[in-house]
Amino acid sequence: MDTQFWVIQAFNGVSYGALLFLLASGLSLIFGVMRIVNLAHGSFFLLGGYVALTVIWTTGSWLLALPVAALVVAVVGLLMERVFLRPLGFDPLRQVLLSVGFAYLFQQAALDIWGGDNLDIVPPDMLKESAVVGGFYFPMYRVFMIGMALVMGLILWLTMEKTRIGAMVRATVDDSEMARGVGIDTSRVSMFIFALGAFLAGLGGVIGGAFLGVYPGLDFAILPIAFAVVIIGGMGSLAGAAVGSLLVGLADNFGKALFPEISYFTLYAPMVLILALKPTGLFGRE
Amino acid sequence: MKDGHAPRRKLLIIIAAMLAVLVLTPFSGSYVIVLVTHALIFAILAMSLDILLGYTGLPSLGQAAYLGMGAYLTAILATRFQFGLDGTFWVVVVLGMLIGAATAALFGLFAIQASGVYFLMITLALGMCVWGLAYRWNSLTGGDNGIVLPPRPAFGIELADDVTYFYLVFGFFAVSLVMMAILVRSPFGRSLVGIRENELRMRILGYNTWLHKYIAFIIAGGFGGLAGVLWAHAHGLVSPEDVVLATSVDALLMVVLGGPGTLVGGAIGAGIVVFLREYLSTLVPWWQYVLGGVYVLTILYLPGGLMSIPERIRGSRALSRRARETKNLQTSPH
Repeated sequence: MDTQFWVIQAFNGVSYGALLFLLASGLSLIFGVMRIVNLAHGSFFLLGGYVALTVIWTTGSWLLALPVAALVVAVVGLLMERVFLRPLGFDPLRQVLLSVGFAYLFQQAALDIWGGDNLDIVPPDMLKESAVVGGFYFPMYRVFMIGMALVMGLILWLTMEKTRIGAMVRATVDDSEMARGVGIDTSRVSMFIFALGAFLAGLGGVIGGAFLGVYPGLDFAILPIAFAVVIIGGMGSLAGAAVGSLLVGLADNFGKALFPEISYFTLYAPMVLILALKPTGLFGRE
Repeated sequence: MKDGHAPRRKLLIIIAAMLAVLVLTPFSGSYVIVLVTHALIFAILAMSLDILLGYTGLPSLGQAAYLGMGAYLTAILATRFQFGLDGTFWVVVVLGMLIGAATAALFGLFAIQASGVYFLMITLALGMCVWGLAYRWNSLTGGDNGIVLPPRPAFGIELADDVTYFYLVFGFFAVSLVMMAILVRSPFGRSLVGIRENELRMRILGYNTWLHKYIAFIIAGGFGGLAGVLWAHAHGLVSPEDVVLATSVDALLMVVLGGPGTLVGGAIGAGIVVFLREYLSTLVPWWQYVLGGVYVLTILYLPGGLMSIPERIRGSRALSRRARETKNLQTSPH
């Protein structure tokens, strides 16, 4: 185990964390605002990848696939929130089961439309190369993933901290009853956040498609990892999602390389400990 | 209940239904026998979860973990030590319940203090811990491939025969149902319902609600472990698939679909979900639409589950009768 190992593993961990950030930041916001355990979030990720494939097959443009897939998934999320989740009212168990029902429906729809094969999203040639820095090879695609997460993170942070809607979201996370009391339309905030979360997950699905592939079952494979990020970082907190993604990305990579037999355990056991000791997560708002 | 005969009639219906399953199944096709056996095993799991969800108000998202512990214990003992393949099977049954209960005792230390959404999340995480070990700890669990079990135990009785095994599982199911029914009707069970309804009031009345919930959690884990032992021998293969999140979620659906707080409701739900997953999936490629649809429709239109339907019908009948009577009252003075 030389420097080569540590640098490459750390880089892989950070870039995987970047992908997780796209997936988990939305989940975290949804959880913070609506207190919903959304088990369909992995499906948004998977749908993003599939829609992107269709866009690429019909237009040939990978660049176009990014926004189109994310927007399509956002619309799906918006409809799901408006038509089904909103009328349900606040009941954690029923919300969970409803979201699972949708996850199965999406899974079947994806199977019918795109088939059961393992597919790959091929990125543009420019991103297939590697950058060489100090004798280390860094695949450009992973660099791009980190860049994308940084850009989205910055946009999200500016939206949350500097805009009116951001302030409304933060107020709803802190105390939704109070927020309603001062005249914030928390129903609209929920709708916005759910669609935003779906958008981010869909975007993550496109970007992750070149990296993890797109296949039936990816939705439930990636979902618990996103929850680990949300829990470790803290629900409803962007900074938490960022730190949580980084920690989980690194823990996952080093765990698999150093102690493969318990590598998932090392991911979920901290999640349990944090939930037991500080349920709001490392960066959660009290 | 207003109608004094209702509980007795309900009991008779349940016994009749169980007898029908017991008598009819052996005469059905070999595939149906296997299906019913699987359904009965998951019924034990669903009823164990009902103690938590229906009676105590704890929606656990990790009940598959205990099934997994029992199943892996059975598989590892059978393949490595050839233990539990003769009369020692009964020892494995006890050990399976103990490992389920012990796992729950450990997990409960973390989970019980949490409430609401946090309880969902922490039980999800605990379930994933077990999955992670099952999936990755290759040297012990066989990793992704799982463990293939040797033929079923024989101790004078050959369990290898599917009908014999069905009788055995049915016996375990019936005994579990009776034990859990006694449990929920005991003073302990009544205080669990009290905690579900209003935990603060129970605490003020002097109940140690944490301990009550903790004990309920452990008991549910024990029955989950039992289901695991039976599942390992029923399926002949134990793999991480058995402890995935979807299994835990399915168990929740079984309870909610059948009717929480009824025990038998969970058994009915288990029958339906096993039928969809194992039978319908072999008939039509679009079976997941049905499974997803059942989830969505149950949540939207059947909050009390299937067991609440008779009551609903009675309720709406009484309502329309009362409406008629009021109408008569209004019209009669004229």
